[in-house]
Amino acid sequence: MDSHIQVPELQEQFETPAQQKDASTLGMWIFLVTEVMFFGGLFLAYAIYRRAFAGAFGLASNTLNVWIGAVNTGVLLCSSFTMVLAVRAAQIGGRRALVVFLILTILLGGVFLGVKAYEWNEKFEEHHVPGPTFHLEGTTEQGPAQLFFSLYFTMTGLHALHMVIGEGLMLFLLWHAYKGKYTPSYYTPVDVGGLYWHFVDIIWIFLFPLLYLIARHQH
Amino acid sequence: MHGHVDSIKTYTLVFLSLLILTAATTAVATIDLGALNVVMALFIAVVKMLLVALFFMHLRHSTILTKVVVGGGMLWLGILLVFSLADFVTRGWLPVPGK
Repeated sequence: MDSHIQVPELQEQFETPAQQKDASTLGMWIFLVTEVMFFGGLFLAYAIYRRAFAGAFGLASNTLNVWIGAVNTGVLLCSSFTMVLAVRAAQIGGRRALVVFLILTILLGGVFLGVKAYEWNEKFEEHHVPGPTFHLEGTTEQGPAQLFFSLYFTMTGLHALHMVIGEGLMLFLLWHAYKGKYTPSYYTPVDVGGLYWHFVDIIWIFLFPLLYLIARHQH
Repeated sequence: MHGHVDSIKTYTLVFLSLLILTAATTAVATIDLGALNVVMALFIAVVKMLLVALFFMHLRHSTILTKVVVGGGMLWLGILLVFSLADFVTRGWLPVPGK
């Protein structure tokens, strides 16, 4: 283990390390705001089409497995919990705890993606993937039903892509944490990595009710 | 060290609240509340979002500048959603001659 720990120097444009860290945090939040607008357009498209084709969207939504969706939401919330504990460990200088919590976060993220892959595979088997073989039982509105699944795959797919990128970031953090790079006076990457991870969690917090729950009362 | 360190107890309480709210939104969705089903689902999602943002993302302890940026982002998201839906929702309200 390399005991020679380097605290990154204070860059000349900043007056204090705290100011330097605040600038990084602000930069990450600005990026996340652009992500909010990016996903916001998709949520808007969903809202407009869901309103226009309420019947077909409700029927299509009810074919999703609500229990898998709910449990997977729990898995993702667990990963946010382990992530925030990782940031806390970095704040108080617990290198071992930081490594352990980052590993747990990566594993829980992997479980979420695995369950997601299982669900997508189900859609292929049930012919619920938009395209020539698409067929949803019990409705003549095959077009609007395909629209639902197009939005479903776009939104959960982009969310999963963000998860994959998040897993990469976590592996990067894990490697540097293992090497002892983070100290209570410098743990900015862990902090902003955590912001990204929680943001991806928030997107799912909205995707779950909108995609899985919206028409459950009609059954 | 800089930055506020929250207790594990605080994080655990927030985490448990998030799990309970997930169970609540799943259960409430099976009850027929009419138009209120969507309202309840979105209300619970917003509460969960606030818990994650304020506690897990440390927005409570962030600088004023960061809070303004986040608030500004939410404002623009609101403009995107409210103005666009105001168009689509009200289109059928008044008869249009010649349509």
